[in-house]
Amino acid sequence: MDLLYFAWVRERIGLPRERVETRAATVAQLIEELKAREPRYAAAFADLNSLRVALDQKLSSFDAPLAGVREVAFFPPMTGG
Amino acid sequence: MDLRVQAEAFDAGAELNAFTARVSGAGAVVSFTGVVRDAGQPQGGGLQRMEIEHYPGMTQAAITEIMGQALARWPLVDALVIHRFGTLHPGDPIMMVATASPHREAAFQAAEFLMDYLKSRAPFWKKEVGAEGAAWVAARDEDEGALGRW
Repeated sequence: MDLLYFAWVRERIGLPRERVETRAATVAQLIEELKAREPRYAAAFADLNSLRVALDQKLSSFDAPLAGVREVAFFPPMTGG
Repeated sequence: MDLRVQAEAFDAGAELNAFTARVSGAGAVVSFTGVVRDAGQPQGGGLQRMEIEHYPGMTQAAITEIMGQALARWPLVDALVIHRFGTLHPGDPIMMVATASPHREAAFQAAEFLMDYLKSRAPFWKKEVGAEGAAWVAARDEDEGALGRW
């Protein structure tokens, strides 16, 4: 599964994308796995209220299932316009 | 519908003229252009440049969906969205929307709808770089709240 990071999430984790092997069933479980890895992940995912997630390029939620998902993107609330 | 996500600068006046010519006879054309604030202006805050990041795989699809909703909801003849990414400087146009409709009310409403949704649902992130450092622009609660009126 490909993980993509944008804006300050990318800066805190220190890379724009990576490939991970995971058995996490939901986004929330994936986040817990990542947080347990290293402090930089714990820092990036400390406040879920300031994070958004997209599954295969569609805005989704933290309790969404990951079955069949190929690309997970984490980013702050969008500031377009 | 015309959607362009690009690093290159654009000429908002020329784009509006071309759009107006294309929808000739529509009756009403409304446009909005978002511009990087100048350091000398109120709220400019000594800004030197703005860096806009986006999610290439998602941007086009997300904006196409928003434009599709606008076209389904109002009797629009056509709609245009141009949004830049990359490094911009004070005074540079960031983005523009234009809508054309037989009557002005639909054109105004659809343009506001597009702006509200682009603000909170198009995957762009802005970083402001000034003399005192750089900071990501935070989403405002009002921007999310603005979606509620639609």
